[in-house]
Amino acid sequence: MFTAFFYLLRSRGLKVSMNEWMTLMEALDKGLHQSSFTGFYYLCRSVLVKSEADFDKFDGAFLEFFKGVEFEGELPPELMDWLTNPKEKPGDQFDMERAMQNEWISQAEIQKMFLERLEEQKEEHNGGSYWVGTGGVSVFGNSGFSPRGIRVGGEGGKRRAFQVASERKFRDFRQDNTLDTRQFQMAFRRLRQFSAKAEEAKTEFDIDGTIRETCDNAGKLKVVYDRPRKNTVKVLLLMDSGGSMDYYSRLCSMLFQSVSKSNHFKDLQVFYFHNCIYSKIYTDPQLRPKSVIPTDWILKNLSSEYKVIIVGDAQMEPSELLDGSYYNYGVRDNIPGIEWLTRFREKYPHLVWLNPSERPYWGGWWAKTYDIIHKDFDMYDLSIDGLNAALKKLMVNR
Amino acid sequence: MSATFQGSKNYVASEELMRSVNIAMALQKPLLIKGEPGTGKTMLAEAISEALGKKLVIWNIKSTTKAQDGLYVYDVVQRLYDSQFGNEGVDDIAKYVKMGKLGEAFSADEQVILLIDEIDKADLEFPNDLLWELDKMEFYIPETKETVKAKQRPIVIITSNAEKELPDAFLRRCIFHYIEFPDAEQMEEIIKVHFDKVEEHLLEQVLETFYWIRGLYQIQKKPSTSEVIDWIRALQLGGVDVERIRQEVPFAGVLLKKNEDIDVLNRYLR
Repeated sequence: MFTAFFYLLRSRGLKVSMNEWMTLMEALDKGLHQSSFTGFYYLCRSVLVKSEADFDKFDGAFLEFFKGVEFEGELPPELMDWLTNPKEKPGDQFDMERAMQNEWISQAEIQKMFLERLEEQKEEHNGGSYWVGTGGVSVFGNSGFSPRGIRVGGEGGKRRAFQVASERKFRDFRQDNTLDTRQFQMAFRRLRQFSAKAEEAKTEFDIDGTIRETCDNAGKLKVVYDRPRKNTVKVLLLMDSGGSMDYYSRLCSMLFQSVSKSNHFKDLQVFYFHNCIYSKIYTDPQLRPKSVIPTDWILKNLSSEYKVIIVGDAQMEPSELLDGSYYNYGVRDNIPGIEWLTRFREKYPHLVWLNPSERPYWGGWWAKTYDIIHKDFDMYDLSIDGLNAALKKLMVNR
Repeated sequence: MSATFQGSKNYVASEELMRSVNIAMALQKPLLIKGEPGTGKTMLAEAISEALGKKLVIWNIKSTTKAQDGLYVYDVVQRLYDSQFGNEGVDDIAKYVKMGKLGEAFSADEQVILLIDEIDKADLEFPNDLLWELDKMEFYIPETKETVKAKQRPIVIITSNAEKELPDAFLRRCIFHYIEFPDAEQMEEIIKVHFDKVEEHLLEQVLETFYWIRGLYQIQKKPSTSEVIDWIRALQLGGVDVERIRQEVPFAGVLLKKNEDIDVLNRYLR
């Protein structure tokens, strides 16, 4: 039954699975659409779509699949009259199965059948699946239901569902821009190092301790609790911001969101720089002057147990990396960027570089700084796989 | 299909919401409810329980909640202590196994409504840990070699504020409903459920002002249903002149909870 709809949804990027489709079939079997088209629309949506961000995609696909084409030719006046003022009021009840057979009739065939029917039809018809009329499941008429067909006069009975679908009121929720950060977050799970040294209350039942103490206590029970083991990993995230990084801002904010949502770190510090790290570093991504702090502060105050993730495209003017005279937001710096990078690498044994960009394939001048940094740093793509590899690297001693 | 849900006298459910609830009940699948804060996600379960006359079991999820907590807890320490003094029934492990909320819902004789509230508060893996239990409505207790199986499959309502994305495998098993923010017409109905009598003119002014404030794009925390209800109460108690409501927005602090938002409002009112 209308499997084509399933494939249309999938081709529109909705992750509809076989399970959900079977659930829908089961629901239709049980008559949960209450034989109404509006009910059918809501049933499909609640079973197949699992995020309000996808509602708009669903509405679009639904309209595309079920919308008939209006007939705009001349009609005999008495036929129009039957159609606009039917003797029987059409309900919202249709023979869905019969209607679904219409799915495969092409538009041209419908046109042809319609013209034939106009010739033959001599009286009013309501309901049914053959004649032009109201409230039926034939491919023409109005207030009826058919996945394909021509609406003739009156208003479409399917109108309500279409009205809902065509309002497209979830357009604002459509988040082709929402980042599904789940996979990134899962990757950050790797950054775990458990230790019971954390200053926590003793809340965990210690079996070995209890047995030992109870034995020492001549068999009289003495219960021992221990501190729960906690993650001791501390993370220092340094992100390149602005300029050439704007192309990757989506990817970077996805990374940022996942890191900040990972609440299992003992500590998380995030700083921003532009192009390369110099003597000043910023605490906000807009690199505002008031958010500036000396880079030395980090090197002095954050101990070497921090695991450092640098995110940047490593592409800049070679002089920005190598010369000590780079004019850095109003501060003339005498120490070249590469020197600062080296200081970080020497201070923090656990350091990786995540790069959202690939090495410029035209190489040469543009790839120069990329190659220099790549030589000295463990560089990974900013992708799920790259991140996994990088985080694995962070957890081992080199 | 047995009983269907038609809203209750204290809860105004939209037609779509009632459809979703009935679909979930008929298919015996958990119903996942998402929506802006203040759209009555949690209230829904209470309303269903009231409308269908079934007991409500609420499992509030916190960031530290583990899936296991919902099933059962085995109180080893109590058992050890009891064994010291040779108390009766120490051999009976079952005595020390205490059901969690899920276990309680499964072992109930009558069908119950199980509300898993704010599932997104928990750890990332939490929903995945419950897949089997929610699918089969049973779990195994190794300590007593016992399987707890639902006598009557509970009606499961899960709410989420979308703080975290939920895993796909979990979503596939749910019926999903997004509660839209009510429009002025529905809001009027909701307000009337909460107040015995509200003057028409006051209501009109309140709703106009309320939706105007919600429409200001600079507002960071938009006021929701519960705020508008408090606001009406404040306006009634304060005996404010109805004509001043739209111009001056008295008691704006009831509607807006952030200083920045109140500043924004004041800029507009000037």
